[in-house]
Amino acid sequence: MWLIMTALAAVIATAIWYVKAPEDKYKLGLLSLFFWGATLMWLVDHVIAYITEGGEFFEINLDATLLGVAVIVFALFVWEIVLVVSDPKGVLKKRVKKVETTVG
Amino acid sequence: MACFLVPMGEAIVATTVQKVVENREKKVGEEKTNNAGLRWSQRLGWLNKLLWGGTILLALEHVWHGEIVPWPPFLTAMENPANVSPMLHEMAVFGGAMAITITVVWGIMILIAELKAKAAVPRVKKSPASGGA
Repeated sequence: MWLIMTALAAVIATAIWYVKAPEDKYKLGLLSLFFWGATLMWLVDHVIAYITEGGEFFEINLDATLLGVAVIVFALFVWEIVLVVSDPKGVLKKRVKKVETTVG
Repeated sequence: MACFLVPMGEAIVATTVQKVVENREKKVGEEKTNNAGLRWSQRLGWLNKLLWGGTILLALEHVWHGEIVPWPPFLTAMENPANVSPMLHEMAVFGGAMAITITVVWGIMILIAELKAKAAVPRVKKSPASGGA
């Protein structure tokens, strides 16, 4: 289930990135490549496991769904950290300057 | 068990290479970019994003399934010596296949970007007056 959910997230992130392209102020390219990387790795994992061990290709149950949600939330969290650290809108810089002028 | 360690190893190497290439490109300057307008550091950046994204999210999945723990030896497969050999086998088969797939997909991405860029650039015939040889 987490493979399907991550693939869906990758498709949506890529679509949003393309709408905004060539501008990539908010690093949507990074987010979509993150999702695609994980999707490809899990796809390989599922295919090899299916060939060698058999069983169901997709695990569809509550645990697998919750893992899918956790994966998407974690990827968004990592992307937001990168976004805040790089600060493309300069929000943090403006705050720091404001504090400096108030203190000074 | 620990299949994501193989792409992680590749990601560490690729990130190091990207940093070295980036520094070299800064020294050489912008005029040395190739026909597609893509620098090697940019191309490697795509590979690194694919690899690190996959590695981080697969690591989370391993934590979820209890295969990674926050105490040594961190991988539960390492706690029992009998599990070490299957773990290494899994790393070779699954991890190797993951790393190869990501690298092949990245290669295809680069190829498409190069072809698109070459098709977009109009062909300019060199005239004898321009001194092109």
